[in-house]
Amino acid sequence: MSNGIEQTLPAEEAPTAAKIDTPFRRFLSDFFDSPVATGATIVLGCIIFIALFAPLISPTDPYDLATVSVLDGKLPPGAESMDGMTFWLGTDGAGRDLVSAMFYGLRISLGVGVMSGIIAMCIGATVGLAAAYFGGRTDNLIMRLVDIQLSFPSILVALILLAVLGKGVDKIVIALVIAQWAYYARTVRGSALVERSKEYIEAATCLALGHKRIVFRHLLPNCLPPLIVVGTIQTAHAISLEATLSFLGVGLPVSEPSLGLLIANGFDYMLSGRYWISFFPGIALLITIVTINLVGDKLRDVLNPRLQR
Amino acid sequence: MTAMLETRDLSKKFIKHLDLAGKIAQKLGSNIREEVVHAVDGVDMTVARGEVVGLVGESGCGKSTFGRMVAGILEPTAGQISFKGTEVSAMDKEQGADTALQIQMIFQDPFASLNPRMRVEDIIGEAPVIHGMVKRDTMADYVEEVMERVGLDPEYRRRYPHQFSGGQRQRIGIARALAVNPEFLVCDEAIAALDVSIQAQVINLFMDLRQDLDLTYLFISHDLSVVEHISDRVVIMYLGRVVEVAATGELFDAPNHPYTQALLAGVPRLDLRGRVYAPVSGEIPSPLDPPTGCHFHPRCPHATARCGEERPALREIAPGRLSACHLND
Amino acid sequence: MTTTPTLQVDDLQTHFFTKQGIAKAVDGISFTVDRGEVMGLVGESGCGKSVTGFSIIGLVDPPGEVVGGRILFKGEDLVGLDEERMRRLRGNRIAMIFQDPMMTLNPVLRIDTQMIETVLAHEPDVGREEARRRSRDVLGQVGIASADERLKAYPHQFSGGMRQRVAIAIALLNKPDVIIADEPTTALDVTIQGQILYEAQKLCRETGTALIWITHDLAVVAGLADKICVMYAGMMVEEGALNDVLDHPVHPYTVGLLGSVPSHNNRGQRLAQIPGMAPSLLNLPTGCPFKARCTRADGACEAAPEITQPVPGRDVRCFHPHMEAAQ
Ligand SMILES: Nc1ncnc2c1ncn2[C@@H]1O[C@H](COP(=O)(O)OP(=O)(O)OP(=O)(O)O)[C@@H](O)[C@H]1O
Ligand SMILES: Nc1ncnc2c1ncn2[C@@H]1O[C@H](COP(=O)(O)OP(=O)(O)OP(=O)(O)O)[C@@H](O)[C@H]1O
Ligand code: SF4
Ligand code: SF4
Ligand SMILES: [Mg+2]
Ligand SMILES: [Mg+2]
Repeated sequence: MSNGIEQTLPAEEAPTAAKIDTPFRRFLSDFFDSPVATGATIVLGCIIFIALFAPLISPTDPYDLATVSVLDGKLPPGAESMDGMTFWLGTDGAGRDLVSAMFYGLRISLGVGVMSGIIAMCIGATVGLAAAYFGGRTDNLIMRLVDIQLSFPSILVALILLAVLGKGVDKIVIALVIAQWAYYARTVRGSALVERSKEYIEAATCLALGHKRIVFRHLLPNCLPPLIVVGTIQTAHAISLEATLSFLGVGLPVSEPSLGLLIANGFDYMLSGRYWISFFPGIALLITIVTINLVGDKLRDVLNPRLQR
Repeated sequence: MTAMLETRDLSKKFIKHLDLAGKIAQKLGSNIREEVVHAVDGVDMTVARGEVVGLVGESGCGKSTFGRMVAGILEPTAGQISFKGTEVSAMDKEQGADTALQIQMIFQDPFASLNPRMRVEDIIGEAPVIHGMVKRDTMADYVEEVMERVGLDPEYRRRYPHQFSGGQRQRIGIARALAVNPEFLVCDEAIAALDVSIQAQVINLFMDLRQDLDLTYLFISHDLSVVEHISDRVVIMYLGRVVEVAATGELFDAPNHPYTQALLAGVPRLDLRGRVYAPVSGEIPSPLDPPTGCHFHPRCPHATARCGEERPALREIAPGRLSACHLND
Repeated sequence: MTTTPTLQVDDLQTHFFTKQGIAKAVDGISFTVDRGEVMGLVGESGCGKSVTGFSIIGLVDPPGEVVGGRILFKGEDLVGLDEERMRRLRGNRIAMIFQDPMMTLNPVLRIDTQMIETVLAHEPDVGREEARRRSRDVLGQVGIASADERLKAYPHQFSGGMRQRVAIAIALLNKPDVIIADEPTTALDVTIQGQILYEAQKLCRETGTALIWITHDLAVVAGLADKICVMYAGMMVEEGALNDVLDHPVHPYTVGLLGSVPSHNNRGQRLAQIPGMAPSLLNLPTGCPFKARCTRADGACEAAPEITQPVPGRDVRCFHPHMEAAQ
């Protein structure tokens, strides 16, 4: 073979010295550049930890009727119970430790939000990818459906669905998925249309790789960044939607109170000065939603190619 | 001489359909209509085995569209492509897949043409493994071999595209194409995005590969000096049609078609100093609404009344030399 | 020295103070351009050509800063000039044509509004009618037919080539003394490029404007310029009269660059390529920045070469210039 090989570049001429420089690492270093994002991530980590391990770390089991005594009802923060334990954030009307109730409530709120988010993301992403990749009539049909769905406020969609379906964790997840998949579909379609027109997709076509492979191995990974951003923000949205629905009394059954239901339960006592029963779950909900949004915003900045150098 | 690739009357129309609002407006009497771009309009071309054919023309004249149809990325609206004597549309599935691999494409943009989320190893090795040319466990060795062939250090095979310079990325793209052992390469502006000194490296690489692997090229470019350097034969396109075909030497020494003449007159050349540039009259017309008759007539200094009415046919004016101009009658 | 040249750049240094370190985008550029003269500024992508242009016209934005050297416009130093005076010069006496015409054109304003304002900004007392007449004239000059109608159009109604010509027309409006053209034809087709080169040439000949033509295309410079300045990694490596440099280059980089260009005479042959690639400005080697790719490099090149004049009228930054070629 002729001189082509001489051009092999020596190792030290590599554009970037670090071998370990994967896209993921670049992303991490950009992300944790900002103290706000780092803080929000840590707080969110704690929230997720609490939600996951609520049964192990809560001081009491708020749903074990044997340990709950109505005599402890409506105690203010810091008060002690009959058998000598401290209720740091007080108790609710039924005498449950508010800290424990909140831990369990967080578990349900977050669980419902994340679960519906993931399902909606899978459905929306598949549909959006199909629309972008196949184009034409498929695209038209799907996008009209999305348009119609997006023209109704999601709270309205969820309310109507729940009125039909009834109460229950599974029901509210279904309602939230149906209310939200369209956001994912629209986002994925948008970025997939951009990616699809890039030459690496043409190259894959040219190499006679199958449709499935091109869509899932080439197209999807490059559409993930906006999907992750929308995912975080829609999850926060789902949590607040669920809280709203529960507050309105159409969401979860009383036996599985989420933060929203806790707030609703405490609302009656607000006027009599027992603010804490609603207040602390409210704060927990607020912190959860704000941190998820902060993380989502930073993700958007870091993952948005237009903001990258 | 057997033709490696032959196109007959190959055409591609892009139609921008009206959306609902547009349709309603049209019904109500507005003069909105579907936009039709005749990007490639009846192109006949033959490429012999081992030949390098340069395809030249101004922006938007349909060069890339033609190249994409040849590479199987776009479906032609009309006309046929034959590869090694068999019509591509008449091939059975297996033969079609085989042909698809035999014709590979090298792209212009060294950034957009590589999947940013795959390692170089996978970019190059994916297709050969999928098509059963190499086993997955020998992929690494195979990839190293291909990388060496295009002048990339195999050490880098676990890196991602963003860790390479433009010239190196272009080599990765070439390696990806070579990995499936093609016989025919469509190079669409493959060096346009590179620096001068890197361009020279890649041009040399193309010339070496041609010799070593007995490749045939369709070399698409708007840069006439590069085409002159690398091609055996040159095809000139204007607004979707071929206007002249000639061996490189003949074309550059004595262009026949008035458009070719205008094009060559405008090419900056290193050995032409202190040139007195002459203004070329007229704009490049929109492909949405090409002029009637000879597409070049609004800008042609020799245009006659006939040129605005009758489309000149592409005719042989000397052995192996074609031109589409009424002046040759 | 008899007269002051229109523009004299002296050891210009513009650095970017980035998070990753100091990028010496321009690090020692010197040249002069006189009335009616065309200088080609060539070099590869990222070598600092545009930043040189921005420095001259005073448009280097932070984190960039002109940290050294002088830019003498008719004897007046533009480095550190107050913003008010600089603004008055810019667009009036010194104009720049950008690679992207939309850097000059405002997409939401009609062409006539933009052009008339440009005239009035620098000569408030000419009156709108006179300003419009001038605008029409320059549009005609850059080959835009039916200028009266075109004046009423918005930039998006033009094709890329026409937009670039409008941007050029705006640069010509006040008949500036210096025009810096930053790759204005790179994105254009050959026939349109020819038209713009024709206008540029005519302008210098007729109005005596000094022109700096920035490009990476040596062939364009060959047809247009009187002198040429070659840059590599922020530094000027060779400067001299056009024919001398192109026919007898002495800096190894210039020699390599010229060998890399496909031309009539080497059809079908292997090109004399330069191995490797340009170093990152953030990560320059010590000594001569070209040494990793240079066939003549030796121990001496570990030190940074200064500008010398191995041949009369030629500035070269190299320890071992190709003197045999210069004879
Ligand atoms: N997917 C598409 N949809 C609609 N029109 C298209 C499409 N692809 C190309 N065209 C149109 O077809 C014409 C030819 O385009 P093509 O890209 O083939 O030109 P080209 O000769 O490669 O130009 P360039 O030198 O700018 O790459 C253009 O007018 C373009 O606008
Ligand atoms: N805003 C900025 N911040 C940091 N570095 C910059 C900035 N602008 C330019 N640079 C650096 O200055 C160097 C020179 O840039 P410049 O735009 O002048 O290159 P050029 O020669 O015009 O290249 P091209 O031919 O690609 O236009 C670049 O390598 C870049 O790293
Ligand atoms: S056919 Fe007529 S208009 Fe067309 S190129 Fe020939 S002379 Fe010119
Ligand atoms: S100084 Fe040395 S390394 Fe630099 S160009 Fe001259 S010979 Fe080459
Ligand atoms: Mg193209
Ligand atoms: Mg530049």
